[in-house]
Amino acid sequence: MRFEVIVALRFLREGRFQTWLTLAGVAVGVGVIVFLSALISGLQERLIENTLGSQPHVVVRPVDEAARRMVEDGADTVVAKVEKAAQRPRTIPDWPLNLARIERVPGIVATSPIAAGAAFAVKGDVSKAVALRGVDPARFDRIVDVTGRLTAGTFRLEGSDAVLGEGLARDLGLGVGDKVRLLTEGGRADVFLVGGVFDLGAKDLNERWVLVSIRNAQTLLNLQEGITSIEARVDAIFEAERRAADIVDRTGLEADTWMQINRQLLVGLKSQIASAVMIQFFGVLAVALGIASVLVVSVVQKSREIGILKAIGTSTGKTMTVFVLQGAILGLAGSALGCLLGAVLAILFRNLALAPDGSPVFPVDLHWTRFVAASVVATAVGIAAAVAPARRAAKLDPAEVIRYG
Amino acid sequence: MAEPNEIGASGFVAPGDPDGPILRLRGVRKSFGTHVVTEVLHGIDLDVHAGEFVALVGPSGAGKSTVLNLVGLLDRPSAGRIWLDGTDTSTLDDAGLTRFRGEKIGFVFQFHHLLPAFTCLENVMMPLLVHRGRPDAEMRDRARDLLVRVGLRDKQDARASDLSGGQQQRVAVARALAMRPPLVLADEPTGNLDTHAADQVFDLLREFNREYRGAFVIVTHDARLAGRCDRIVEIVDGAIRGDSRASM
Repeated sequence: MRFEVIVALRFLREGRFQTWLTLAGVAVGVGVIVFLSALISGLQERLIENTLGSQPHVVVRPVDEAARRMVEDGADTVVAKVEKAAQRPRTIPDWPLNLARIERVPGIVATSPIAAGAAFAVKGDVSKAVALRGVDPARFDRIVDVTGRLTAGTFRLEGSDAVLGEGLARDLGLGVGDKVRLLTEGGRADVFLVGGVFDLGAKDLNERWVLVSIRNAQTLLNLQEGITSIEARVDAIFEAERRAADIVDRTGLEADTWMQINRQLLVGLKSQIASAVMIQFFGVLAVALGIASVLVVSVVQKSREIGILKAIGTSTGKTMTVFVLQGAILGLAGSALGCLLGAVLAILFRNLALAPDGSPVFPVDLHWTRFVAASVVATAVGIAAAVAPARRAAKLDPAEVIRYG
Repeated sequence: MAEPNEIGASGFVAPGDPDGPILRLRGVRKSFGTHVVTEVLHGIDLDVHAGEFVALVGPSGAGKSTVLNLVGLLDRPSAGRIWLDGTDTSTLDDAGLTRFRGEKIGFVFQFHHLLPAFTCLENVMMPLLVHRGRPDAEMRDRARDLLVRVGLRDKQDARASDLSGGQQQRVAVARALAMRPPLVLADEPTGNLDTHAADQVFDLLREFNREYRGAFVIVTHDARLAGRCDRIVEIVDGAIRGDSRASM
C-alpha cells in the first residue's frame, strides 16, 4: 500500500471517537440529503402524475383567426378600433401530414389526433353540457391512461360506443350498456352506447368528458374529415416548452404546453425543486464543516507526527495527500453509511402511512443515481474541506515541532 | 581521522571523491529575527568524514541545535554553504532538500519522536516507505533486521507508545539507520534516559557507526559520553572554540 494511504488510515484509526463522530456527522448529512430528496422527488412525481396523468404535455392547435382587413391600403380612413375575431371551431389543415411532422420531433413520445367540440348529453329530459372528444383509443391511451382508470366496461370506441366520466354517468344515471343521446349545436344528434366509465381523478373531466370515435365526433361536430387538435406527450416534462417550440417551427401551428395551462402547478413544482436544492446545499455544507473541523483539530493534534514525518523526508505534497485522503475517506465511508441510513429512513417512512388502496401516502423515489450523486458530492466536498487543513499540515516547520517536542 | 574502507564501502562513500568529507560547512552563519536581527552562528567551518563519530558540545544556547538543524537541512543558513555527500545544498529547492534529507540523513531526537499510531516495525520502516524505492518485503526485512540489532526482536508489533523510554530511543536509532544514510544526527539522544539505558543507546550508535562507516554527529551535554567519541567539537557563543580528536 502507498505510504500516504497507510498514514491516512492510521491517523483516522487513531482518532477513534473523533473519527466515528465525523463519520456519523457525514452519514447523517448524506442520509438527510438522500431521504429528503427521495421524498420530495417522490411527492413531486406523484403530483405530476396526478395532474398530468389526465393532461397532454403539449396541445397543438390551428393558428388563431386574425381580424380580416376591411379597409384597403392607402384609403383615407383611420381604423379606430379593430375587434378581435371570435374563434370558430376550426380544424388543423392537412392534419395527417402535420401529425407525421410532429411525430418526427425529437422528444415526442406519443401523439393523438382529437376531434373535439361542445355537445349536450341527453337522457330522458335531463341534459348536460359536455366536452365531446373524438379519439383513437390506442393512441389516446398513451396520452391519458383511460384504460388504466376505467371503473367499468372497456375503452373501445367501435361503432356507436361512448366512454364517459363517472361524474357524468352518475348525473345522468348511466351505466355500461345504457344508451345516451349526444346533441351538438348544429342540431346533429346520435344515440351512443355507454361502453365504459372512467375516473381520471379530476372532477371537471369526470363530469364533462365524453369520448367517442374520431369518425363519430367529426360527423356530430360537422368537421368533415378534420380534427381540431393534436395532443402529444414528451419524454421530459420540463422540456415541454422546447418541444412545443420545435413543433411550432415545423408545422406553423400553435402549441400550448402543460406549463402554460397549469401555471400554479409549475410554480409549486419549481418551489419544491428549490427547497430540495436548499436542503441539499445545507446538507453538503454540514458535511463540509464536519470534515473540515475534525481535520483542523487533527492537524493540531498530529503536528508532532507531521513534523517527524517531514524530518524523515516526507514531501509537502505527500503530507498534503495524507490529509486530503483522510477527507476523501471520511466522505466516502460517511456517504456509504449515509446512503444506508437514507434508504432505511425512506423505506420506513413509505411503509409508515398507507392510503386505503395500499399505496404509500408518502411515495419515495430511491433511484440509484440519487445515492451515487450524494456519495460523489460528499466525497468531493470531503476532499475540498480537507485542503485547508492539509495545507496547514504541509506548512508545519519540522525544526520547530521537533525542538518543542 | 576517518578510517577509509574499514568495513566495506557499502553505500556510504561520497560520490566523486571517496576521501572527501561527508559533511562540509564553510562560513555558515545564522541569524534570527526581522526587525531586531540576532546572529547566533558566526561563521562555522567544519568537515566531517565518513566513519567519524563526532560529539558536538557546548553550553546551552551556544548554537549546537542550530548547527544540527542546518546540517539536518531542517533550516537554511543565512550565509555560507553546506555540502552534504558532495552536493552543495544551497542549490536545492525545498522539495529537493526534503528528498535529500530523507535519503542522506538519519535523525535521532532527544524525545525519540516515534509515531505513536504505528508499531515499532512500521516506525522503523517509515523512512523506507516515504522514500519508496524498494519492494515491501525488502523494506520489512530490513526494518526487522534493524530491530533485531537493537535488541527489540519481540517488540516489532508493539505500539511505540507501549515501550520504555530506552526501548523507544532504540527504535528511533533503528529508524535513523533504515535508509543507511551517510550522515546520522543525534540531538541529546540520551538526555532523557537513565545511565544504563543511555549507555545502551550510545553503544548502539557507536556500533552502527563502526559497522556502516556512516558519519555520526551527536549533540550531548554528557561529558562522559562525549569522551567516548572520536572527536569533540566545542561550540561557544556561535563559534567553534575547540576541535579535539581522541587518540584512536
